[in-house]
Amino acid sequence: MEVVKIEKATRVYKIGAVETQALRGVDLGIDAGEFTALVGPSGSGKTTLLQLIGCLDQPTSGTVWVDGKDVTRLNRNQRADMRRGHIGFIFQFFALIPTLSAYENVEMPLLLNGHTPKERHDRVMELLSAVDLVERAKNRPDQMSGGQQQRIAIARALAPKPALILADEPTANLDTENGRQVMEIMEKLNKETGVTFVFATHDPRVIKYARRVVTLRDGLIVENNGNGKKS
Amino acid sequence: MIQLLKMAFRDLGRNRRRTFFSALAVGVSLAILILMASVIAGEIGGAFDAAIRLQSGHIQVRSASYDENKSSLKWEDLVQNPDQIAAQIAALPQVKAATPRLFASGFLSTGNESAGVRVTGIDPQSAASDPYRQGLVSGDYLTADDSTGLLLGQPLALKLHLNAGDNVSLSINTANGDVAEQTFVVRGIYTTNTYGFDSATIFLPLAKAQAITQTQNHASTVFVLLKDNSYTDSVASALKPGGLKVLTWKDLNPLTVQFESLANSYIGIFYLIVLAISASVVINTLIMSVYERTREVGILSAVGMRGGRIMMLFLAECALLAVGGVLIGVILGWGATLLFNIHGFYIAKMGITGILVGNSIFARLTLSNLISLSILTFIITVLSGLYPAIMASRLQPVEALRAEK
Repeated sequence: MEVVKIEKATRVYKIGAVETQALRGVDLGIDAGEFTALVGPSGSGKTTLLQLIGCLDQPTSGTVWVDGKDVTRLNRNQRADMRRGHIGFIFQFFALIPTLSAYENVEMPLLLNGHTPKERHDRVMELLSAVDLVERAKNRPDQMSGGQQQRIAIARALAPKPALILADEPTANLDTENGRQVMEIMEKLNKETGVTFVFATHDPRVIKYARRVVTLRDGLIVENNGNGKKS
Repeated sequence: MIQLLKMAFRDLGRNRRRTFFSALAVGVSLAILILMASVIAGEIGGAFDAAIRLQSGHIQVRSASYDENKSSLKWEDLVQNPDQIAAQIAALPQVKAATPRLFASGFLSTGNESAGVRVTGIDPQSAASDPYRQGLVSGDYLTADDSTGLLLGQPLALKLHLNAGDNVSLSINTANGDVAEQTFVVRGIYTTNTYGFDSATIFLPLAKAQAITQTQNHASTVFVLLKDNSYTDSVASALKPGGLKVLTWKDLNPLTVQFESLANSYIGIFYLIVLAISASVVINTLIMSVYERTREVGILSAVGMRGGRIMMLFLAECALLAVGGVLIGVILGWGATLLFNIHGFYIAKMGITGILVGNSIFARLTLSNLISLSILTFIITVLSGLYPAIMASRLQPVEALRAEK
């Protein structure tokens, strides 16, 4: 079953009179449980494609389905609801709320989804345990290393049990060891929970974890194949 | 909601100095409003108190044809058998005192000095005359049968260089339009700490005043003091003296009533100006906060927080700021009012005419003013956060995530 389906998606940015075509007509399908890398040089359209899939942005033309739903016709609030219930995000800059503890950051999507305090507590502790950071529950982001912050971000992305997790350069700000840890955790959670991971990267050390690699160049998919790995 | 407030509280704690100064701006604004409202309430309240206590009473019963401005002494303009009417009114349980008074225009002169005065014939023993007896600063008080003594206000005594025991010549209008002249002894000098009253009013015993003005057994008014201001309308409507008119303190002090209404209008504009200044500080603080946290707004949006909730987050910050500001304002305002009341604001020599005000204005901090101004400040402060909050809620997630912070 396809978690993501994209048909003829284009995205044109206009800055003054200048038009930039970030995507020039992309067709892509991603099945449930995939661990897929979007690769390509800077400016190839990886991040734009992730943003369209993540309902953070809308295509100039074409259609995007997420979890069976056409998200191109959703209004602002409906897209927020879609992100809250179906999509988790991991960003390059860790993207934790600095005033909240690790526990509260992971709890945030659950709060927004209206879970009971007990449900929230159980889920947060389960996820902190999964990313091996239970002892950091009370720490705020500035009291944690970059790798730890990114693992908390992974836990937060997983909290609402989304169908899909999108990661934009998740190891770009990490050293080799922390980057490896983050990728191994993502891979492990993908296998254990079956949640679909799509991540944008141009780091060969990250690409090697992907079971499928989609290569973009100048806003078009130029390669779309397996990565020599088995599911 | 609790989580939202928790986040808002922590957000305010990020830049504590800025938050403190923003709350201080709100607080100082509220303190200014509280002080202003208290001073105005004190001034107006003091004016009514002085007017009621010294000049108008709560109620007066007069002849229908009596014109206060002319201080008419014609018998047809006066109340006949005023003692009888006063005794009837005094029998009412709400009444503290009811006493006849006679008003006449006169002219006081010594060797080289002279001054126009308002002569008031009073029953010296009536409770309504207590302010003059209690305000005696030298000499003796009047007795009902004193036929040669008068009471003089302190500023007038200073102006005419008179002391208790000195002789002074009084020329006074009479009922038939003549002027009578007689030498009196300054029996005593009083002060009510109301310059406008003390510098123009002298007292004679009622019997003497009636005798010299040839208004036997007549009075300008029956002066009524009540046990409480709130009884005014009920007592006034209960009085039905035939052929006479009943006037309340509101009728008798139209300038003070107008002044109160005018002051209330002006102070409303003043409130808005002060609150607008404080609101601009809060708007500035929150806009800076939105700019500094643009990326965070993007993150919240990315995890699925709707625009409305993001707006609520910033409004919650504003509400907490407002609560802090109101607390500061109440403390500062209360303190400023206390400080103001140590000496009051001396206005005796400002030449205020038309209304009676004490020599010094004192602030009156009322609970209703405190509550209403605190609520007004809170509402204006929260409303001022609306624009930054809407601004934050409308940030595009993609743009917001791209921001530096």
